Amino acid sequence: MPTNKSVSKAPITQFVNCRILRDHKLQREDLWVREGRILDPEKLFFDEEGYADQRVDCEGLIIAPGFIDVQINGGYGIDFSQATSNVRGGVALVAKKILEHGVTSFLPTLVTSPPNIYHKVGTTSTPVLSTCPFQICKPHPPGLALQAGCHLEGPFISLEKKGAHPEQYLRSFQSGGMLDLIETYGTLDNVAMVTLAPELPNSEKVVRELAQRGITVSLGHSVANLSQAEEAVQNGASFITHLFNAMLPFHHRDPGIVGLLTSDQVPQDRTVFYGMIADGIHTNSAALRIAHRAHPTGLVLVTDAITAMGLPPGRHTLGQQVIEIQGLHAYVAGTKTLSGSIATMDMCVRHFKQASGCSVEQALEAASLHPAQLLGITRCKGTLDYGADADLVLLDDAINVRATYIAGQEVWRK
Amino acid sequence: MKLIILNDYDQVGEWAAKYIRNKIINFNPGPDRFFILGLPTGGTPLGCYKKLIEFYKKGEISFKYVKTFNMDEYVGIPRNHPESYHSFMWNNLFKHIDIKSENTHILDGNAANLVEECDSFEEKIKAAGGIDLFVGGIGPDGHIAFNEPGSSLLSRTRVKTLAQDTILANARFFDGDLSKVPTMALTVGVATVMDAREVMILITGVHKAFALYKAIEEGVNHMWTVSAFQQHPQTVFVCDEDATLELRVKTVKYFRGMMHVHNKLVDPLPPK
Repeated sequence: MPTNKSVSKAPITQFVNCRILRDHKLQREDLWVREGRILDPEKLFFDEEGYADQRVDCEGLIIAPGFIDVQINGGYGIDFSQATSNVRGGVALVAKKILEHGVTSFLPTLVTSPPNIYHKVGTTSTPVLSTCPFQICKPHPPGLALQAGCHLEGPFISLEKKGAHPEQYLRSFQSGGMLDLIETYGTLDNVAMVTLAPELPNSEKVVRELAQRGITVSLGHSVANLSQAEEAVQNGASFITHLFNAMLPFHHRDPGIVGLLTSDQVPQDRTVFYGMIADGIHTNSAALRIAHRAHPTGLVLVTDAITAMGLPPGRHTLGQQVIEIQGLHAYVAGTKTLSGSIATMDMCVRHFKQASGCSVEQALEAASLHPAQLLGITRCKGTLDYGADADLVLLDDAINVRATYIAGQEVWRK
Repeated sequence: MKLIILNDYDQVGEWAAKYIRNKIINFNPGPDRFFILGLPTGGTPLGCYKKLIEFYKKGEISFKYVKTFNMDEYVGIPRNHPESYHSFMWNNLFKHIDIKSENTHILDGNAANLVEECDSFEEKIKAAGGIDLFVGGIGPDGHIAFNEPGSSLLSRTRVKTLAQDTILANARFFDGDLSKVPTMALTVGVATVMDAREVMILITGVHKAFALYKAIEEGVNHMWTVSAFQQHPQTVFVCDEDATLELRVKTVKYFRGMMHVHNKLVDPLPPK
């Protein structure tokens, strides 16, 4: 507030004694915030003759942009694909709890489901941010991570690579494409991302149309070969859902979807991003390293967390299933069959750094900058640039989350 | 003049910072009694600024009642350009200390009327009561601020076209592209600096040695504008060994012999 009031009277917070992630490096700089956005202190000084109302001593911690999880199926007993009586409440519960993992924006993910689920559940997400550079970003509900639209994983996927998705609800583009989508999903208004298998006939039109609407098209649960995958990318696909899982394995004469990481058919001005579940279980560390080294700037950390994430060890009944949690593993009770991932985003960042040997900056960017670039929302998320939303995560050197801020307000502290 | 000869760049920065610190503390500034400091930019004063920031962080000094006037600024580059002198001062000094923006003054190279901007800068210095200590550097061509060779020794704040040497020397800050280097600047005049109650010039490096020789061992000459300070009653030149390489051995020995006296000026002051 101490300014000549030429721009704003709102209070100014200065985070001092911290290292901030900016320009791909951790720098010893103060971070300034006003009205929920990162402020340019030089402009404040010269234009407004202003200085901070309040200083927050970060005691040497790292400040990174809040993490963005583009694939999370639920947690803490909540399943996003279930039509419960209180869908909104369920999503809000997860949105609050994941703040503890440093996640400030996420895409609630729905696995292959019958149309009535999409119609009921899909409409409860807040509108999408994917055309961010051209419109003002929607404000957060207070104290919760932002639901930046849904990720619809299926049902237009390959039968052979359905994984844990229910077979009876898989679909194809039999009515020509978009009609099938609207029939299945109801509306595309709140959709940020769709995972589909590009080898399904008529997929090209769908990919093009979705991409044109600003919806991220992801390839996954697919037996596509490399050319089919490349064609999908040229039509607008930009993401790979959990690389290596639910797709053909890399083969030296046809690398399949994995080959997109080094494909020369990707248009010059575009990047193919790929999700990795870096929990140490879903992907072997050597495979993680191969992907990272082949295409470091495209790596996006995802949790792909299921309902059981966040629950204490032991047995839990979730829907029709009984799950047993042992450490970082979630098994179908009584078996050694993995039933999904229960790693949290901060665990993934730590594991990724340790397994790949990458720098702290690269590990943090894989969970913040890269997903923001994927979704096209870097103007306000995923960076600490001036004007970006002040969604922050404070971490120690071992990448443990100590505090989380949304729009410059503290929403969680250890 | 006092010629302070130190071993290297770091010592020069430290000595100069201590001198400024002691001056401010002894002046005892307050809400109706500001200490007015003139400041330079460039590589030479960086070490001094780092030390001043250190002293501020240790609590030895405050800039709450200090006003600053910078020597110069480029014409025509945006204020937030990384090479503007506004950016330099913000990044290397202002953002680290407790100085208020309204107490800092830097010429505006994007003003609609440059001549008016220069005149008003002179008025502001007068209104502040004149400069208590003007700190400056020296160019390889002996210039003070942007008072290039041939500048009148009676000059005031004005627009100057930069000499080719200066433009070449600055190219390294503009990606080596000569077309990007500003060709004009606003600068305080030689007489503007001479009006200060005290002047301190920092000179480091062998490439400044010839200019230092011309400035203090030859006559007052508008081709080496720093020589004007031979006629100022209170000037301190602070330099490193390398900068003395063109001076007479006799000059160097004389002033080195005085160091034990001059060093008293930078001794830590007893707490009040």
